[in-house]
Amino acid sequence: MKLSILLKRVIFIGVLLAIWQGVYMSGYFPAIQFPPPTKVFQAMVEGFADGKLVSALLASFKHLLIGLGLAIGIGTLIGVLLGKSRQADETAGMYLIAMQSIPSIVWVPLAIMLIGLNETAVIFVVVLGGTFVMALNTRTAIHSVPPEFIKAARTMGTKGMRLFFKVEVPASLPYFMSGIRLAWAFSWRALMAGELLSNGPGLGYSLRYAMDFAQMEVVIGIIIIVGVIGSVVDQLIFSKMEKKVMRRWGLLK
Amino acid sequence: MFLQMNNVAKTFAQHEVFSGIDLSIQENQFVSLLGPSGCGKSTLLSMVAGLESATEGSISLGGKTILEPGTDRGMVFQQPALFPWLTVRDNVTFPLKDKLSKKEQDQIAAHYLKMVHLTRFKEAYPHELSGGMQQRVAIARALAMDPKVLLMDEPFGALDEQTRHILHDELMKIFQETKKTILFVTHSIQEAIKLSDRVIVMGTRPGRIIADFPVDVERPRQRDNSRVIELEQEIMELLKGEINKVLKEELDHETKHFT
Repeated sequence: MKLSILLKRVIFIGVLLAIWQGVYMSGYFPAIQFPPPTKVFQAMVEGFADGKLVSALLASFKHLLIGLGLAIGIGTLIGVLLGKSRQADETAGMYLIAMQSIPSIVWVPLAIMLIGLNETAVIFVVVLGGTFVMALNTRTAIHSVPPEFIKAARTMGTKGMRLFFKVEVPASLPYFMSGIRLAWAFSWRALMAGELLSNGPGLGYSLRYAMDFAQMEVVIGIIIIVGVIGSVVDQLIFSKMEKKVMRRWGLLK
Repeated sequence: MFLQMNNVAKTFAQHEVFSGIDLSIQENQFVSLLGPSGCGKSTLLSMVAGLESATEGSISLGGKTILEPGTDRGMVFQQPALFPWLTVRDNVTFPLKDKLSKKEQDQIAAHYLKMVHLTRFKEAYPHELSGGMQQRVAIARALAMDPKVLLMDEPFGALDEQTRHILHDELMKIFQETKKTILFVTHSIQEAIKLSDRVIVMGTRPGRIIADFPVDVERPRQRDNSRVIELEQEIMELLKGEINKVLKEELDHETKHFT
């Protein structure tokens, strides 16, 4: 990254912090509702130091990894089925889009009533959050395999399972990677929704706990952590993987 | 005969592409299928490849009826259709997987990549190559399975003029070196005459064979050769009527729908 861009971004954050500090100092809001940046920073440091935020983070990551893993697995299976079978696609494809349009927080009451107020319910919500978008993208991935690849492979005597695993699977990898990136993004949102209404542990639970005890600095601190993790994981892991595949596949210069 | 088409017809959803195609092709010959768009020349080639089935009639190669694609027929498409996740070498050895040892595969790849002058690029990925180079890899890939026939569907149609001429020369060398039977689809009269031993001219609506020229000119053929010019004009004259027919139909269609 060019230094000038980095500088602009640092200045931007600096200005935001300054405005924040300014509003605080104006005394318009009571300090309990509107803590200064320093106090939020302090709360974050304390949270990490006494291990509360660390254990909440670890719990959240546990839910996410299990849930996202299941979502990717189930979503891929559904997507391949719909992508390969016209019958299945015509029958169930439309409902998949309908399911995808349901915001994941809607599943929380259902999960709690069905499973109980525990971590399994949170994981259930995360799975539902990621599965449908994964399935839709896998279906698109299969559908968008260039027909000339299939034709070329067939003229080389390739058919059946070998055609699927040696040509269709690698050819659909770019869209599949987009699917994984989106599944992560949706699962991350679903995780927060689920944890917010759960009985802990987890980052979302800590957030509600802080709200119940009127610790605004912790609330803001956790929101910042959620945002940072979301963008860092996307930028450092998923976008990078996706771009790498796209470049190799010649879809990106 | 080596490659034999008997009374072949193709119909796509009520629409007849062509019918009654009878054609015999000798071994080691370079034969072009030439015609305006819509005459079904590419469809006919796909049928020889086994990618399309004949609605009527049959096609046989070396006495065996063609029912599905097979490694005895290599095909090169207008798009190189190389697999982007494989290196140039692995693309060329793709049809050989599970059949030969790693060492034999590498030898074959080396042999054909040398033939198309791409030895230096064997570890490169397709997106790192130019269009002409990609098409050469596609030719090497089709040759690697040592097919009896090489089917080429407007293989140089998407390339620029200079690259196309270079590839014409390379293809001629490959043809003389490997002695493959080549069935070559094109809409360029010059290309057909420059390359082929025999030019089959196809007409349209309905698709059919309207002429069959042997090209009795020594290779390499120069564009200013009087026999080449004569043949060019003869075929041009034949195709004029066909192209006018297509144009008229399209104009009629337009007047019917847009006025």
